Amino acid sequence: MSTVFGVPTQALFGQLLIGLINGSFYAVLSLGLSVIFGLLNIINFAHGAQYMMGAFAAYFLLQWSGLGYWWALLVAPIVVGFFGIVLERTMIRRLYHLDHLYGLLLTFGFALVIQGMFRHQFGSSGLPYAMPAQLAGGRNLGFMFLPNYRAWVIVFSLGLCLGTWYVIERTKLGSYLRAATENPALVQAFGVNVPRMVTLTYGFGVALAGVAGVLAAPIYQVNPLMGADLIIVVFAVVVIGGLGSIMGSIITGFTLGVVEGLTKVFYPEASNTVIFVIMAVVLLFRPTGLFGQDK
Amino acid sequence: MVLLLVVAPFFVYPLFLMKALCFGLFACAFGLLIGYVGLLSFGHAVFLGSAGYISAHTAKVWEWPPELAILAGTVAAAALGVVIGALAIRSKGIYFANITLALAQMVYFFYVQAPFTHGEDGIQAVPRGMFLGVFDLRHTLTMYFVVLAIFLAGFLVIYRVIHSPFGQVLKAIRENEPRAVSLGYAAERYKLLAFVLSGTLAGLAGGTKAIVFQLASLTDVHWTMSGEVVLMTLLGGLGTVFGPVVGAFIMITLEHYLAQLGAWVTVVQGLIFVVCVLTFRRGVVGELAKLIKRPL
Repeated sequence: MSTVFGVPTQALFGQLLIGLINGSFYAVLSLGLSVIFGLLNIINFAHGAQYMMGAFAAYFLLQWSGLGYWWALLVAPIVVGFFGIVLERTMIRRLYHLDHLYGLLLTFGFALVIQGMFRHQFGSSGLPYAMPAQLAGGRNLGFMFLPNYRAWVIVFSLGLCLGTWYVIERTKLGSYLRAATENPALVQAFGVNVPRMVTLTYGFGVALAGVAGVLAAPIYQVNPLMGADLIIVVFAVVVIGGLGSIMGSIITGFTLGVVEGLTKVFYPEASNTVIFVIMAVVLLFRPTGLFGQDK
Repeated sequence: MVLLLVVAPFFVYPLFLMKALCFGLFACAFGLLIGYVGLLSFGHAVFLGSAGYISAHTAKVWEWPPELAILAGTVAAAALGVVIGALAIRSKGIYFANITLALAQMVYFFYVQAPFTHGEDGIQAVPRGMFLGVFDLRHTLTMYFVVLAIFLAGFLVIYRVIHSPFGQVLKAIRENEPRAVSLGYAAERYKLLAFVLSGTLAGLAGGTKAIVFQLASLTDVHWTMSGEVVLMTLLGGLGTVFGPVVGAFIMITLEHYLAQLGAWVTVVQGLIFVVCVLTFRRGVVGELAKLIKRPL
C-alpha cells in the first residue's frame, strides 16, 4: 500500500472525504447563520435545534406518511422554515430595536425549549434513517472507495451554497436584500416591504438548517442533541469566516472541514480543537474574521 | 440578608444552600461583566470549571489543604482570564460572545482529553480537609459557614468595585465607549481588568464548589453551564447588584424541585429565557428596583 507522509493513502483520502462531508454541513449551516445575521443582526442560536428539526421532519415524514428521502428534502425545509417564520413574526421581531445580544439570548431560549421537548419525547439515543435506495452503494475510484450518498451530499451542498450566493450577490432580489442590510429605512422608502423581506430571510436561513438536517439524517443518527454540539463548531466557522459574509462562510466551511479531517490523520488528539485554535489565531490578526467587515 | 443566610442552614438543607451560594457568587462575577461593562461572555463556565479541576486536583492528588486548593483554582482562573480576555477583548458585541464561547470550547476539549481530569468520570471523592488547619470541613455546618464567608467576601469585592471610581469608568465605557476613550481612559485596559476580575471570582466560586461537592466534572466546563449563568443573571436583573444572587437562588431552587422531571428542566429554563427576554428584561430585582425607585 502506498503512503503519503507516512500515512496510508486509503486513510488519508478517507479522512479527506469525511472532512469534505463535515465541511459541507459547516458551510450550509454557517451560510444560514450569515444570511440571518446579515439582515436581522441576530445570531440565531436556535440554528442547531432547527437543523435537528430538519432531520426529525424527514424521519416523521417517512414514519407517518411514507414520504421518502426525496420528498423530505423538499418538504422538511419548508416545514422547518415555516416554523422559523412563525417565531420571527411572533417573537424575534419585538427585539429589533434592542441591543442584538437579546436576539442571541432569545434564540438560545428557543434552542433549549426545542431540544428539551425532543429529548423528553425521544430520549438521547438516535433513531435510524435509511439511505435512499438510488444512492446506496458506491464506486471504486482506484485509490479509494467513494460511497454514492456522501458524494451526493458534497455536490448538493456545494450547489446549494453557490445558488444562494448567486441569488444574494448577483440578482435584483439579492441587491434589495443587501441594500436593506445597509439602510432599511431608505429601502422601505422606495416601496420595498422590508419587514416581509426580513421575515422571509429568517425563514430561508432556517430552511437551510432544515436541509442540512435532512442531508445529515442518513449519515448520522437522528438524535435530539445532534445540533447542540455541532452548532458551537459552526459558530467558530462563522467567526473565522467573518459574520455576515456569504462567500466567507462557504469557503471557510469547506476548508475547515478538510483541515479538521487532515488533523485527524496527522495529529488525532487535536482534531476537536483545531478549529478553535485556528479561530484564535485568525482573530489575533483580524478581529472581524477573514472575510468580515466592521459593522 | 446576611442574617437570613446565617440562620438559613438550620431550616433549609445546607448542601442545597451551599450550591446556591456557589452559583450566586458565580452569577455575581458574571453579572459584573455584563451588567456593568456590557460584555456578554458566553464562555464563563470555563472559569468555574477550570478552577474546580485545579482545586480538586491539588486537594486530592497533591493533598493541599482546602484554602490553598481553592486559592490555586482561583489563581488558575485568573491566569486563564488574562489569556482569554486578551484575545477576546478587542472585539465587541456578538463577536465577543462568540469568541469567548469558542475559546471556552477549546479549553473544554482539552479537559475532555487531559488525563488528570479523568474524562467523563471527573475527579471524584475530593477530600474536604481542615480549613486553615482549624475548622473540620467534614461537618456540614462548618463547611456551610466557610462557604458563606467566601461568598460574602467575593460579593463585597464586587460591591466595592461597582461603587468605586473604577466601577464608574466601567459604566462609562458601557454607556459610550468612544466617549470614555476621548476622555482619556484606556478602555481596553479597563475592560481587560474587569474581565480578569470576573474570571477570578468565577474561579473562586468554582474552586469552592469543587471542595463542597468533592467533585470536579465536565458539566461545569460545558457551554450549557455558560448559558445557565446568563439565564441566572438575566432572570435576577442585569446591571443590579443583588440580581445575579437572586437569579441563582431561583434557578437552583427550580432545578432542585424540577429534577425528577428530567428533560423538562431544559424546557422550563428555555421558556424562562424567552419570557425574560420578551417581557421583563429588567429581571426580578430590576423590576423591584423600578417599583421602589431605588437602585438595588
